[in-house]
Amino acid sequence: MKELLTGNEALARGAWEAGVLFASAYPGTPSTEILENMAGYKEVVSEWAPNEKVAMEAAIGASIAGARSMAAMKHVGVNVAADPLFTFVYTGVNGGMVLITADEPGQHSSQNEQDNRNYAKFAKMPMFEPATSQEARDMMKAAYDLSEEFDTPVLMRMTTRSCHSKGIVECGERVEVAPRHYVKNVKKYITVPAHARGLRAQLEVRMEKLAEASENSPFNFVENKGKKIGVITSGMAYCFAKEVFGDEVAYLKLGFSYPHPLHMIENFCKDLEKIYIIEENDPIIEEAVKILGFECFGKNTFPAYGELTSDVIREKVYGVDNEMIDYSRENVVERPPILCAGCPHRGLFYELGKKKNVMVAGDIGCYTLGFAPPYNAMDFNICMGASISAGHGAQQAFDRMGVDMRVVSVLGDSTFFHTGINSLMDVLYNNSRTVNIILDNRVTAMTGHQENPGTGRHADGSHAPVMDIEEICKALGAKNVRVIDPNDIKLVRETLNWGLSLDEPSVIITRWPCAIKKLTEEDREEFKNAFEDKYAVDPAKCITCKLCLRCGCPAVSIDKATNKSSIDRSQCAGCGVCAQICPQHAIQKEGK
Amino acid sequence: MNSIKKKKSILLVGVGGQGTILASKLLTIGLMEHGYDVKMSEIHGMSQRGGSVSSQVIYGDAVHSPVIEKGGADILVAFEKMEALRWMECLMPGGKVIVNDYQINPMPVIQEMREYADTILAEIQQAAPTRVINATEEAEKMGNGKIMNIILLGATIKLMGLENIDWETIIRNNVKPAFAELNIKAFEKGMEQV
Repeated sequence: MKELLTGNEALARGAWEAGVLFASAYPGTPSTEILENMAGYKEVVSEWAPNEKVAMEAAIGASIAGARSMAAMKHVGVNVAADPLFTFVYTGVNGGMVLITADEPGQHSSQNEQDNRNYAKFAKMPMFEPATSQEARDMMKAAYDLSEEFDTPVLMRMTTRSCHSKGIVECGERVEVAPRHYVKNVKKYITVPAHARGLRAQLEVRMEKLAEASENSPFNFVENKGKKIGVITSGMAYCFAKEVFGDEVAYLKLGFSYPHPLHMIENFCKDLEKIYIIEENDPIIEEAVKILGFECFGKNTFPAYGELTSDVIREKVYGVDNEMIDYSRENVVERPPILCAGCPHRGLFYELGKKKNVMVAGDIGCYTLGFAPPYNAMDFNICMGASISAGHGAQQAFDRMGVDMRVVSVLGDSTFFHTGINSLMDVLYNNSRTVNIILDNRVTAMTGHQENPGTGRHADGSHAPVMDIEEICKALGAKNVRVIDPNDIKLVRETLNWGLSLDEPSVIITRWPCAIKKLTEEDREEFKNAFEDKYAVDPAKCITCKLCLRCGCPAVSIDKATNKSSIDRSQCAGCGVCAQICPQHAIQKEGK
Repeated sequence: MNSIKKKKSILLVGVGGQGTILASKLLTIGLMEHGYDVKMSEIHGMSQRGGSVSSQVIYGDAVHSPVIEKGGADILVAFEKMEALRWMECLMPGGKVIVNDYQINPMPVIQEMREYADTILAEIQQAAPTRVINATEEAEKMGNGKIMNIILLGATIKLMGLENIDWETIIRNNVKPAFAELNIKAFEKGMEQV
């Protein structure tokens, strides 16, 4: 059966066909749809975990119990999951286990561009790199067999383009795998040093055997043998290279790319006059080729960052750009992402941006856009959960240095559950006077509306227990906790001032759903008439002071024809923030 | 250097939330069922929040890269005017443009830091052979502004000479039953515009 699948859909399909029983993930572009698709397969227990470390550990437990299991995450998520990963490689698996990493050459939606192929070498585990959706499906199936044969977790390395590109996939049916019997085996699974030293030695033996397997893998193959110029490549870079060189060069395409098939590489290289290494980001294949003693064109020719799309390769190899239409870009205006009309973060950032002598510690989510004009309400962001802990460190330093600065830390509900909770423990335990704002928009928004421990739903949409953020903060020992409606900007202002007036930590929870969330029955009950109102400008009252533009709403603009403020009715989501800013009360709810 | 002429590339661009993804999904299913090799690439995540978005569809005998190069698209389908001009560098010389005569102001324009030039449409027309379609207006006349993406899809199919594929069945099988008739009408309306 042929289907048109994205790489992410194909990974889920392959895992399902391979008989996977348990899958866990934390959402992150470009990996999110893998678990979303797994959740559609009823034979599989598919879960959102609070963070990637937990997802990895849950999948490890399922493997030890005897089931085939999977964890999926974006590249930076593997940093979070690295701790269990590095030791699980020592113990090995019972049921097969695959960790999917979705890397981001070009940083379409990420804060860094780390090349997670390094984890295969670092942790000492085998790695597959699918180039197409078909390979994503095929390699998932093969990875489970390899995992069990060699007693090791397997790294499946994807990139944005392989995750989010669709291609035609020949699919099969699910093959139920008899669960492996669990037998207590403390020498394998208890990693006290006495055992772990033995496991460490075995790991080297296993890697030698895996190197043999990669030499003989059908996923490592040569095309167009006999040419004088050769290309060694892996993953999506193979597709880009094929587009440039066609059949004019020989290819060594590495699919089972670590451990490197060194004999295969040597045999491929020895008769070539010129060798190109086409790999995105780090020179990992290139280093192997150079260790074998071959000269090659790698990072001295192609950039070490960004995507190696075919136009980039063509320009570097042939020195020519494609012919393009000649036109002026002078009138092309940038279109950066923005907070949506009705976004519940708007009221907070409008007020926060006005504060003086305040440093705003940001985090990873839609709300990172609070840094941009017109709010200018964020000073830094580093990684998931870092707002609260880095904000804490900054406040301690300011106070000790005698600098008159207050720190406000800002993060979302899902980010709070991810790693913000332990950061808040640091604040409360070590007692800094930061104001900690949790933007609870009732969903994991930026990645496309996934459930989290606070939403009351599981990955498959079924009802779930609700973790109450206010209760959690109080249970940790927070004495000053307030929950507010962020669309009431006077209340936002007063609550910010309250937090800043305290000489001890405070928590402000802004609670209102994401404007583009599909509301649940509980949401409708709690947030009466949310997003049902429309606001309009009375042109007779508008004095064109343009203060309403400071809310940065895409629905509010100055009408060029009338030179008065105007609201795009189709976009307006009824939050009323602009109406509260207008000093002339020229913006009113319709029907009032 | 390898020729890239054995395949065709369709670049759909717009603003996050305009429905480029559904249009390109229907397009790729039709092309696959017709027997072409086909690949599609799109970008998810933060840029979808009101930012500039693109869906790239490539089809032919054998397609390797899912990404359209600069100067590589046979046709540029813009759901919004400014986006046509932004992505014009991806159109090959001699390629065609379909543009929805519709303006969504980017934040720098709303904030009055930049001008949305009155000349955008003229600039597009000067750069490449262009069909201007009032897809949003036509969709609103049909009672649902959102189906402008299907009107633009219909226009694209006509301009690319792909009318021999059974699009009605493909639409029927891939949209919610309640919206099937409306979408088919919108598709036909789009075909009429070219």
